[in-house]
Amino acid sequence: MGRYSGNAASIEALIRPTQVHRDVYIDDEVFDLEMKHLFANTWVFVGHDSQVPNKGDYFATEIGRQPVLMARHTDGDVYVMHNRCPHKGTKIVIDREGNTGKFFRCPYHAWSFKTDGCLLAIPLKKGYKDTGLEDSEAARGLAPVGAVKNYRGFIFARLNPEGPGFDEFFGDSLSSLDNMIDRSPEGRLEVAGPPLRYMHQCNWKMLVENQTDTCHPMVAHESSAGTAVKLWESLDKPEGTTKPMAMEVIAPFMSPYEFFEDMGIRTWPNGHGHTGVHHSIHSDYSAVPGYFDQMVEAHGEERAKAILGENRHNTVYFPNIMIKGPIQQLRIFIPLAANKTLVESYIYRLVGAPDMLLQRTAMYNRLINAPTSVVGHDDLEMYERAQEGLHSDGLEWVNVQRLYAEGEDMDETAVENGTTERQMRNQFHAWKKYMTMTMGAAQ
Amino acid sequence: MSFPSRDELIDFVYEEARMIDDGRFDEWLDLWTEDGYYWMPLDYKQEDPHLVTSLLYEDEFLRKLRVERLKGERTFSQKPKSRCHHVLSRPFVDEMDREKGLFVTHTPFHYVETRLDEQFLLAATARHELVLVGEELKIRLKRVDLLNSDAAFGNIQLFL
Repeated sequence: MGRYSGNAASIEALIRPTQVHRDVYIDDEVFDLEMKHLFANTWVFVGHDSQVPNKGDYFATEIGRQPVLMARHTDGDVYVMHNRCPHKGTKIVIDREGNTGKFFRCPYHAWSFKTDGCLLAIPLKKGYKDTGLEDSEAARGLAPVGAVKNYRGFIFARLNPEGPGFDEFFGDSLSSLDNMIDRSPEGRLEVAGPPLRYMHQCNWKMLVENQTDTCHPMVAHESSAGTAVKLWESLDKPEGTTKPMAMEVIAPFMSPYEFFEDMGIRTWPNGHGHTGVHHSIHSDYSAVPGYFDQMVEAHGEERAKAILGENRHNTVYFPNIMIKGPIQQLRIFIPLAANKTLVESYIYRLVGAPDMLLQRTAMYNRLINAPTSVVGHDDLEMYERAQEGLHSDGLEWVNVQRLYAEGEDMDETAVENGTTERQMRNQFHAWKKYMTMTMGAAQ
Repeated sequence: MSFPSRDELIDFVYEEARMIDDGRFDEWLDLWTEDGYYWMPLDYKQEDPHLVTSLLYEDEFLRKLRVERLKGERTFSQKPKSRCHHVLSRPFVDEMDREKGLFVTHTPFHYVETRLDEQFLLAATARHELVLVGEELKIRLKRVDLLNSDAAFGNIQLFL
């Protein structure tokens, strides 16, 4: 046993009010414990139900390091189960998505399972007669995850059978998901194409923290957004030339500190929070012809204005996703190792809304979050430098002190100056809670 | 050049790759038509650059932005700078439409990019749609399909 296993006190000691120990980012044992505890005790995003529109459709992914399957069953519901044959352990599916028909069939010995995971048939079953198979784990089929919730199309799962309820875990933070979905005149989203997949040689939490880090854009992105602004200004343009969509997307990254201070940050209990309480880098996009009228028709004018008046920037759903309501983007920070994270960036179509909105969203995704994106290059360089730098023995602690107030209570929702690091502290507060929840005391 | 010969089309594709490998990016920018696009789809059979994500779909402004950024004093991901290396198989000339003035080539190639101690290899295919602007051949569309476009990548910072 290492220093941290089964020793909740040693995990708690890594988190101080204004700093966190580097082991949360670089220690392999801490990472293993995150997979075992944090990702089992929390509600983790699995996928969107539009990825499995038809009966028999499946989507294979991971919760933490656990391979899971999300499938549309014959009853129309979406089930989440472990992607592991109960017989010999073979992964049932190896591709990322597809349609399995009425049942899953293990390619090794042809054990078959209904699309809700229940055992359907075993070849030459007489070989198990009087062996007590019916009392074995194997007879129960593909192991289900602890709990599943389909929240307006977004599928979340908790691996542990016991733990916080969905509503208790997310609370008022669901208002950000609601706002993203309500932006469809039909109240429905559909995934639009495959995600960007971007490999990062750094810890997953660096990415989550970056989502509400409002003091880096004007610095780290000077090379991309700053160059874009200068280049646009230097071009010979006829009077009254409108800014192209790409400039609307990228230029706000260069907004001054005051802009980010004034935009505000809201934190919710359990590690959730968002930037852009009052306005955000998504506030000043050009109106899309016809869209507002559709929204008024669907929701009434007052409600339409309220929905579109929200311009939340990044909403972090602890532990490992971020959504952008105004542009219908969702990013998953998939932990692979203490120093390795896969980032998948999905976009969604607002069902019933003009295509131009999706066009802007697709542009945002490729300009900001692709492995070929200049903004992405800026960020990844910083994460990887941090991952390397943390191995320096000069200091062992990482500072998260900006706008700290003594006695701050993370169980209370709060709205603060947009440059506070309170949301990072909020995440570590939740991290400590869900890491130690099932860990027990020192032995 | 009234109409380019097959060899001239093939030479053009090789020259373009050499410019990139030599880091002559300003010259490379001049190879394009004003309304030309540089496209790297995310999906192998992708037809639509607009309503699903691509790795790249860049007009003249965004191509310039890339080149300017590479020169920037505060472009930290280019300290030190990346270098790249193309190995092209001989381009196929798929179309020579003299009436439309459209010439299409298809070029399988390997691309190597390096920075610090890291180096990676990509296999790809480029489709060039070339047109005559005055006497010069220009790129109206360059589509690069990565063999493993659905894989996860680290930073790809230069041009395929």
